[in-house]
Amino acid sequence: MSDLRSGSNLEKVLKAGHFAFTGECGPPKGANLEHLKEKFMPLKDIVDAVNITDNQTAVVRMSSWAASTILIQNGLEPNFQMVCRDRNRLAIQSDILGVYAMGVRNMLCLSGDHQSFGNHPQAKNVYDIDSMQLIALVKKMRDEGKFMNDEEIDGPPRLFIGAASNPFADPFEFRVYRLAMKIAAGADFIQTQCIYNMKKFREFMKMAVDMGLHEKCHILAGVTPMKSVGMAQYMAKSVPGMDVPEALIQRLRDAGKGKVAEEGIKFAIEQIEEFKEMEGVAGVHLMAIEWEHRVPEIAERAGMLPRPKI
Amino acid sequence: MIVANPKPISEILDMIKDLKKILILGCKGCVTVCNVGGAKEVGILASTLKIARIKGGNPVDITERTLERQCDPEYIAQVKDIVHDFDGVISMACGVGPQFLSEAYPKQRFFPAVDTTFFGGAVQHGIWAERCAGCGTCIIHYFDGMCPIARCSKSLMNGPCGGSAGGKCEISKDVDCIWDMIVRKKMEQGRLDDLVRFKPSKDWRTARDGGPRRSIREELVI
Repeated sequence: MSDLRSGSNLEKVLKAGHFAFTGECGPPKGANLEHLKEKFMPLKDIVDAVNITDNQTAVVRMSSWAASTILIQNGLEPNFQMVCRDRNRLAIQSDILGVYAMGVRNMLCLSGDHQSFGNHPQAKNVYDIDSMQLIALVKKMRDEGKFMNDEEIDGPPRLFIGAASNPFADPFEFRVYRLAMKIAAGADFIQTQCIYNMKKFREFMKMAVDMGLHEKCHILAGVTPMKSVGMAQYMAKSVPGMDVPEALIQRLRDAGKGKVAEEGIKFAIEQIEEFKEMEGVAGVHLMAIEWEHRVPEIAERAGMLPRPKI
Repeated sequence: MIVANPKPISEILDMIKDLKKILILGCKGCVTVCNVGGAKEVGILASTLKIARIKGGNPVDITERTLERQCDPEYIAQVKDIVHDFDGVISMACGVGPQFLSEAYPKQRFFPAVDTTFFGGAVQHGIWAERCAGCGTCIIHYFDGMCPIARCSKSLMNGPCGGSAGGKCEISKDVDCIWDMIVRKKMEQGRLDDLVRFKPSKDWRTARDGGPRRSIREELVI
């Protein structure tokens, strides 16, 4: 992993061997530029790249490519997310060319939440290709300079290719193999689903390390601080593929009124400290949902600052 | 078979509100098997419509017939002598029926009585489930006889996605995750290599995406 594939900051940080730190920003439900800035500006110089979600949970928001370019204009590096739910292969490829031309260098390839979760459940779902095929497509465009149909690209997009992995979805025994498939398809880095069950994640990482996956790809552990007991209970019960142990919910409950959010942050910091030492983990992806302004404090307390300048 | 659901009576009543003399045409094919458009259902619909129209002070004259099939011109031709004696015709066949009828009798008006849903079968008495998406290029041999195109909510060819939990799909606890079944079967049979092989994207031209389709079997064309 010595040669730079995209030249993105995230790629440089990871390849220099630093423990990476990425953040996340969900664009607003509107064209409110000030609102978008309010969400991403606290992340400036605090994280190595900011994931820009693509109509997450199938709720219509400002497009991820447009928000990504606004981040670039403001001196932040985006990690452009793209889901397969809303675009066919024509739109996918043209958006990839478009974002690259606008300066995007990281891209996260996702299937996307099914539209039945969102605010337009009546929509037709596309899924022309799946996330695995999307990873392979971005790699082909970058490394072979060819479109899906083998035609030459005039100016191939050189993107650092990301993919997601959920160690907590079922069937658990297959999850590490699916991660291996994504790496074989072309993923340069992985960001995992939010981790709460540390025991299960340790087990997952041991399997990944035993298979040598951490040597082929940079694996970033997903962290989302819990803001309330209600949030923990909702995630435990209503978010498919999320594993929130009862002991964690009890710990938050025991923190007492007015102190739950602090306890959630404490747990997140403990997690980050453990990830720094965990074999195979190359960084942390902090998804502070609607809590972006708390990220600088979390980063400081977790010893993630200052970020390396390369 | 092709599976269908009955349309709400209010919707059918609204379609035919201005018509006084109606023919209801059932079909002895798939819709009879899935209990939605056979002779029995023709009788029930006729009675229901008559009662509703009498109640509304606008009685309707209804004739009942059921054809062998409505997806074959040979059977469609069996109503040629009577079809124009009515103000309109309700077809209880799948979506093919009213269209074959419309093509054969362009001067008459045809109305659907069912919502055609999918290709599937009865998984238990009274419950039908989708099994095939009619994509035109069958690939279920890669998936041990299970179709992720029809049965995965995202039609993933390299699943399962991160929303698979306890054998169920992320969209509903009532929907089985087909990828969970595919993975378990292959792992139980020790065929992991087969499972981790990358499945390239599908050519959707053979599906509806390539435009309306025709099947031509030269040896049968007269």
